[in-house]
Amino acid sequence: MFDDRSPIYRQIADHIKADVLREALKGDEQVMSTNQYAAFYRINPATAAKAFQQLVDEGVLFKKRGIGMFVSPDAREVLRSRHRESFFADVVDPMVAEAKAIGIPLSDVIGRIQELEGR
Amino acid sequence: MRIDVEDLVLRYGDVTALDRLTLSLEGGKIYGLLGRNGSGKTSLLSVLAAFRKESAGTVRIDGQPVFENAGLTRRVSLIRDVGETIDIGTVEDALYFAEWLRPNWDAEYARTLLDTFGLTPKAKVKSMSKGQRSAMGVLVGLAGRAPLTMFDESYLGMDPPSRYAFYDALLADYMAHPRTIILSTHLIEEVSSLFEEVVIIDHGRLVVHEETQTLLSRGTAVTGPAEQVDTFTHGLTVLGAKQLGPTKSAMLYGDLDDARRRKAVEAGLELGPIAMQDLFIHLTGEPK
Repeated sequence: MFDDRSPIYRQIADHIKADVLREALKGDEQVMSTNQYAAFYRINPATAAKAFQQLVDEGVLFKKRGIGMFVSPDAREVLRSRHRESFFADVVDPMVAEAKAIGIPLSDVIGRIQELEGR
Repeated sequence: MRIDVEDLVLRYGDVTALDRLTLSLEGGKIYGLLGRNGSGKTSLLSVLAAFRKESAGTVRIDGQPVFENAGLTRRVSLIRDVGETIDIGTVEDALYFAEWLRPNWDAEYARTLLDTFGLTPKAKVKSMSKGQRSAMGVLVGLAGRAPLTMFDESYLGMDPPSRYAFYDALLADYMAHPRTIILSTHLIEEVSSLFEEVVIIDHGRLVVHEETQTLLSRGTAVTGPAEQVDTFTHGLTVLGAKQLGPTKSAMLYGDLDDARRRKAVEAGLELGPIAMQDLFIHLTGEPK
């Protein structure tokens, strides 16, 4: 929630999480090595390794000693449930605040949501 | 290679370039050495490379004294801002000399780097442009694979594509052949992401030695209505502030715990990271 301190960490972590959510990376699949990430983002490999460690701590990745990093079998479910928890605070509340600030009645917003639901 | 510098003093006549500098680097990492003009960066690197003898204090690399220690200095390489320093002969001759001097020289890698930087083996070093000369110096530094390799603003005159080719080559070669690398630079935004640790010196003294990510996490920009920003930052270390109409942005230095960060967000303040360059500017003071 308060991880705005390190943009590079976040870029890498977000990239991997997004890949997991849209199933570009599946459970038990191996991810690129820290060195490959370091070269791609032009960052120190220790920085890339820290981003990976963060994902391990969050249960998104796990390490196979001597082989590399893999996606946890339940990574997608973990991320989906965590995103569900923060969805209203991260997405809906700011949207409502924005709507109020620019003078869109909430009934219009709800109408739009119902319209999208019906599609 | 491990580096231990204690109370290091270097004087040139009346000028004190290094003023009781104490610093330990455990080695095997890419270090960024940052400092303003005249802060002592080149002096420090010159002592580490045994180009100059310390006036006082001790300098040890892997526990050994450095000055006039030939066995050690063969394993230490300093590429200066002038780039390739041997004016006699061709690029090929310079490579031959470097190979003779450097026990870990990789001739095949050196040839690859010639292509990377668009250098021709038969070209005369003397008639090279500033940028080519720098590229040549960088090539010698990389292919030498010295266990301690230092680049002192070695990019001078190199155009942006060549500089980025250097950064990419450095990173790739460091990952393939881990060693201790020190990069001194003013182009902080370009290279700071390569540093595992950062050393900032000023007036010949150590200002900061920290892991890059830790240092970056110490800096927070707080932006919002001036009054709220002032209330929030009261009693904290403020490196600098800017104001645009009713909006103020203050740069904080120091760890902000989650409770404080939450408080800021609740007060409608925006928190953001501070770039290494801005931290550096504010940690080393006023314009000259």
